[in-house]
Amino acid sequence: MRPADYLPPFDPRDHIGAPTDPEDERIEVGVLIVGAGPAGLACAIRLGQLLESAPEVRERLGEVPVAVLEKGKQPGSHLLSGAVVNPRALRRLFKGRKRIDELPFYGPVEHESVYFLTPRRALRIPTPPTMKNEGNVVASLSQLGRWLAEQAEESGAMILPETAAVKLLAADGRVRGVRTGDKGRGREGQELGNFEPGADLVARVTVLAEGTQGHLTGVALNRFGLAGENPQVWALGVKEVWKVARPLNRVIHTMGWPLRAAAKYREFGGSFIYPMGEDMVTLGMVVGLDYRDVELSVHDLLQELKTHPLVRKLLEGGERVAWGAKTIPEGGFLSLPKRLHAPGLLICGDGAGLVNVPALKGIHYAIESGSLAAEAAFAALQRGQTPSTPGALAVYDDALRQSFVWKDLQEVRNMRQAFGRGFWLGGALAGAMTATKGHFPPGNTRTERDVDQELIRTDRAQSYPAPDGTLTFDRLSSVFASGNKTRDDQPNHIVIRRDVPPELARMWERMCPAQVYEAAGDGVTVTPSNCVQCGAITAKGGRLTPPEGGSGPEYTLT
Amino acid sequence: MKIAVCVKQVPEGTRRIDPETKRLDRSGEGALNPFDANAVEEALRLKDTGGEGEIVLVSMGPAKAQDALRKALAMGADRAVLVSDDGAAGADLVATSAVLAKALERESADLILFGQQANDSDGAVLWAAVADRLRLPVVSQAAEVTHADGKLTVKRQTEFGYDVIEAPLPAVIAVSDAINEPRYPSLKGIMGAKSKPQETVLLADLGLDGLASRTEVYALNDPPARGDSQKIEDDGNAAQAVLDFLAEKRLV
Amino acid sequence: MSTLVFLEHHGDELLKSSLAVLSKAATLGDGDLAGVVAGSNVRGLADEAGKFGAGKVYVAEDAQLEAPLPQPRVDVLAGLVRDKGIDTVLFANSVLAADVAAGLAARVDAGVNWDLVDLVSEDGKLVGKRPALQDSVYVDVGWTSEPRIALFRSGSFDPSATGGSAELEDVQVSLEDFSTTARMIDQAHEESEGPSIEDANVIVAGGRGLGGPENFTLVEELAKALGGAVGATRAVVDAGWYPYATQVGQTGKTVSPKLYIACGVSGAIQHKVGMQSSGVIVAINKDPNAPIFEFSDLGVVGDVHEVVPKLTELVRARKGS
Repeated sequence: MRPADYLPPFDPRDHIGAPTDPEDERIEVGVLIVGAGPAGLACAIRLGQLLESAPEVRERLGEVPVAVLEKGKQPGSHLLSGAVVNPRALRRLFKGRKRIDELPFYGPVEHESVYFLTPRRALRIPTPPTMKNEGNVVASLSQLGRWLAEQAEESGAMILPETAAVKLLAADGRVRGVRTGDKGRGREGQELGNFEPGADLVARVTVLAEGTQGHLTGVALNRFGLAGENPQVWALGVKEVWKVARPLNRVIHTMGWPLRAAAKYREFGGSFIYPMGEDMVTLGMVVGLDYRDVELSVHDLLQELKTHPLVRKLLEGGERVAWGAKTIPEGGFLSLPKRLHAPGLLICGDGAGLVNVPALKGIHYAIESGSLAAEAAFAALQRGQTPSTPGALAVYDDALRQSFVWKDLQEVRNMRQAFGRGFWLGGALAGAMTATKGHFPPGNTRTERDVDQELIRTDRAQSYPAPDGTLTFDRLSSVFASGNKTRDDQPNHIVIRRDVPPELARMWERMCPAQVYEAAGDGVTVTPSNCVQCGAITAKGGRLTPPEGGSGPEYTLT
Repeated sequence: MKIAVCVKQVPEGTRRIDPETKRLDRSGEGALNPFDANAVEEALRLKDTGGEGEIVLVSMGPAKAQDALRKALAMGADRAVLVSDDGAAGADLVATSAVLAKALERESADLILFGQQANDSDGAVLWAAVADRLRLPVVSQAAEVTHADGKLTVKRQTEFGYDVIEAPLPAVIAVSDAINEPRYPSLKGIMGAKSKPQETVLLADLGLDGLASRTEVYALNDPPARGDSQKIEDDGNAAQAVLDFLAEKRLV
Repeated sequence: MSTLVFLEHHGDELLKSSLAVLSKAATLGDGDLAGVVAGSNVRGLADEAGKFGAGKVYVAEDAQLEAPLPQPRVDVLAGLVRDKGIDTVLFANSVLAADVAAGLAARVDAGVNWDLVDLVSEDGKLVGKRPALQDSVYVDVGWTSEPRIALFRSGSFDPSATGGSAELEDVQVSLEDFSTTARMIDQAHEESEGPSIEDANVIVAGGRGLGGPENFTLVEELAKALGGAVGATRAVVDAGWYPYATQVGQTGKTVSPKLYIACGVSGAIQHKVGMQSSGVIVAINKDPNAPIFEFSDLGVVGDVHEVVPKLTELVRARKGS
C-alpha cells in the first residue's frame, strides 16, 4: 500500500482565479511578495535599493511600492533551519551598506566534525568535501528573518504579518496578485461575530517566496505547466534549541544511527548539532520523507538521538528552550521546475526547490534568488514593460542559470537520488560525484515521489525513549515549546482523506511531529490546531493549506 | 463623541522576569494587550452607532510600543499618543496613573476606556486611580455599555451577578473581556495604520518633572512547593478518600 | 503600625474574604487594627469584625453609600487615612474593593501592591508576596512610603475568630461631587444557574478519559453537587463533546478556582497552563503515568466511571446532613 493510493481531495484549480472584489475595493500595490523569509525579504531589500535610485519607477508603483505578506505572527515566526549559512549572497545584497559582522550571526564555523554513529559509539569520519563549512557562519534563521524584515522596512517595504495568501489571482493567462485569507471563521466554516473577509491584493509583479511546500507555488506550477520532469521530494527536519552548561566549540554532523542503512528502509538523513554562542546549542534530525516504515517518527528519532553518549554529554545540565519542525525540498537540480517565471509571476527560494542537499544549504540560494527576482522585476518595470507580458520576466530565469545557484546545484544533482540505493552504495556514489564535480555518473537519475513509496511495518517504535521531561519530550510539550497557540475554533486547514487503512493512519500519526493525526477507529482524526505547518503531510498523501493568518508556531530561536 | 482608549504593549511569547531589575523583561517583541483590544473594539462600536467622533489611543511605554498602537490603529482608531520617556520606565500604578491622567487631560475626551487588565500582570486597576485624578465617575467590569443623551448605561459584572449603573459623560469605563469579540483589522486598515497620526510626548510635555513610584520589588523566589502530593489507587474506596481529603481542606 | 481593613458586605453579612484579611492583619501583631464598614444600616455588621481581631470599627453610614459603588468609599477611606494617622490599608480583592483600593492610592498618593497572597514583617519592613507569570515565580514587593495599600488575592487566608469585641466609631461622611455622579439603577440578583467558569470556586473538568460525550453527565452531577462549574479540555471540545466556552487551557480559559477536579484529563501542558494556579487539584485518571499526576495534590488512579458517581453521592450526603 502506498500513500499515493489515497491522495487528498485537493485540486489546485480551486485556488486560482480572477479577482472577485469590485475593482474599487481591490488593494493595489507595486510588487507583491508572498513570504517574509530570506527569499522574500532579500527581494524586498533589493527592490528598495533599486527603487532608491530610480524615483520615477517608484512613482509608478503607487502608494505601496513593495508589500510583503507573512502568514506567521511576525517575520521569523515560521522560519526554521539549522543553520550554517554561506554569507555569499548576503554580502552581495548588502554590499557597500553593511558589513557581515553587523548581521545577527552566532559566529563563524571554526571547527567541524562528522561522525558515523552506532547505538553507543561515535566514529569520526573525514568531512565530505560537500559539507566543508569554512567561511560559513552559524545563524538562527528566525532571528535572521526578523533582522532582514527590519532592513526591508527601512528600505521602504510594507510588511503585513498575520496575512495568509490563499488564492492566486490570475486572468487572461497572467498573474494579477493574490487573495488573502478570511479571518474569524468557525470550525464548520461559519462566519463568527468578528468575521473579516480576505481581500484581493493586486500587483504589477507577484513574487512567491513561500518556502517549502508553498501553497500558491504548487498552484502556480500546476497552472502554468512549470513543473520539471522529476517530482520534488522532501525531508523532514525536527530540531530543538538548548541552553547548555558548557559551550560547544564545533559544528557537528552525524550519519548512521539512529537511521537504518539498508536500502529497503530508504532512511536517508542524519543529524546536526550547532553551537549558538557560548550558552546555547541547536540540534536536529533530518530524514527523507521517502522512508517506508510506518513506525518511523522523526520526532522520536531526535529524542532517541539525545540518548547517545556523545549527545547526552553535550546537553547535560542544560534545558530545552525551543522546538520546531519543517520540511526541506530535497530533489535538488533534477526536481527544479523547468521555469521559475510566468507572466506577472516570479518564484524563489525553497518553494522553487533551491536547496543543496549534500551541503545542507539553501538559505544563500533563497537570498540570491530573491535578489535576482528583484532585479528582473525592476528591469521589466524600468523598461516600461508590463511585467505580465509573456517573456517580460524571462531575465529572471536567465540570471538564475548564470548564477552560482545553478552551478552548485548542477554539480551535486544526482547525490540525493543516489542514496535511494542505501547508505553505503549511496555514499560511494556521492563520493564519486564529488570527485568528478558531477560528471560521473553521467545522466540524471530519476526521482520517485515520496507518496509512491510502498509502506512496510517494523518494530522500530520499540526503542523510542519514553519522555522524561528533562532530556526527552513528548509531542504535545514540543508543540507548546514552538510557541504554537493557534485558535482552535477555526476550519481545518489540512486537506486529507479520513477513511484510510490503519497502516496509513498510523504512518501519518508517527510522521507528524506535532501530533496532528491519530489513527482512530476506521481512519484518522485530525487536530489542526497543533499543526506547526512543517509540510510533511503534503509529501505523504495529504495537503497543507494556510490556516488563518497568525496561526501556527511562534519561533524565535530556530 | 471623543473617546480615549488607554492601551498598553505587553511582552509577546515566553515571559521572563529580568533577574537584575526584577521586573518583567520587556526587551523582546511586544503586542497589544489582548484585553485592550476589547476596549478599542467597544470604542469602535460606540462610534459606529453614534455615527461620528474620534478615537484616540493613549499609552505609556518604550518607543517600540508604537507597534502595539499600530495594531489598534489598524482596527480603526484615529490617532495615537505615546508617552515615552526613560524617566517613566518601571513606573508603578500610582506613578502611571499620574502620567495617564495628564495625557488624558490634554485630550478632554467624553469617554475614557480601559481594558479589563494587562496580561503581563502590571497595570491592573489603573482606571480607578486615573478616574480619581481626573475627578470623573468610574465603572469597571463593564459587560455592556450603551450611550444615550450624554449618559452611559453600564452592565457591571461582579461576583454577585450584574449591576446596572448609570453614569453621566464624561466618564471612565473599564470593559471586561466578555463585552465583545474584537474585530480583526482589515488589510486596508493595516495598511492605512502607518499613515495615521502617532504622537510621542515626554514627561516634560505633560508638565511632569519625573515620577516617584511608591512601591518596589525586593526579590524573586521560587513558588512554594505545592506540598506533598498523594497518589492512591482505587480499590473501591477512592471516592471516600477524596471526600475526606476535601473535607480536611474545608473545600466541601 | 496603624492598619485599616476595608470590610465589604453583601446583603447583611460581611464577606468571608474581608474577615480573612482582618484575621491575617491581626497576626501581624503590633499596632492598631481597625475595620471600616460603609453603607446604609451597617452598624450591626461591626460586631462581627470585633470577633476577628479588629480593635475598632469605623462605621460610615449614609444613603449615598447604600449601593456598592467604589468612589464614595474612596472618600470615606481617604478621610480616615488623613484624620486617623493610618499607615496601612488592606483589602480583600473583589470588583468593588479593587476600584476602591486604586482610587484611594491616587487620592492619598500611596503605593499599592495587589494580587498578594501573603504579607509579612521582615526587618522592620512590610513585605508582600505575590505570584507572577502564571504563578511560576513569586515576587517579594514592598512600599517606599506611607500609607501603604495592599490588595489580597481572594482565598489567600481563612477567617479565624479569636473572640473579642471592637469599639465602634461613627464617621462623618463627606463626599466629593464627582463621587456620586454614577448611580446604581439595578443591583445584582443572585444568579440562578451555577457560577460561570471564570468566577467559580470549584471547577470539575472532563477530558478524553471520560470515553464519550454522554459521560459528561458524571462531571455535571459532581459540579452541581459541589456548587461549581464544568470545564473541558481541548481534546473533547475539538471532538464536539462539550462547548468551546468551557475549554480550559492555553487556547481556552485560564482559571484559578479553589478546587479543580480533573476527570479523565491527561494533563498535557496546553491544559496545565490554564489551571495550574488552582488552589487544590484532584485528578482521577486510569493511566498511572498521566502527566496530571505530576502536579495534582491528590491523584486517584482509577476509573472515572466508578469513582466520580460515588464521590458525587458522598458529597450530596455530606451537604445534605
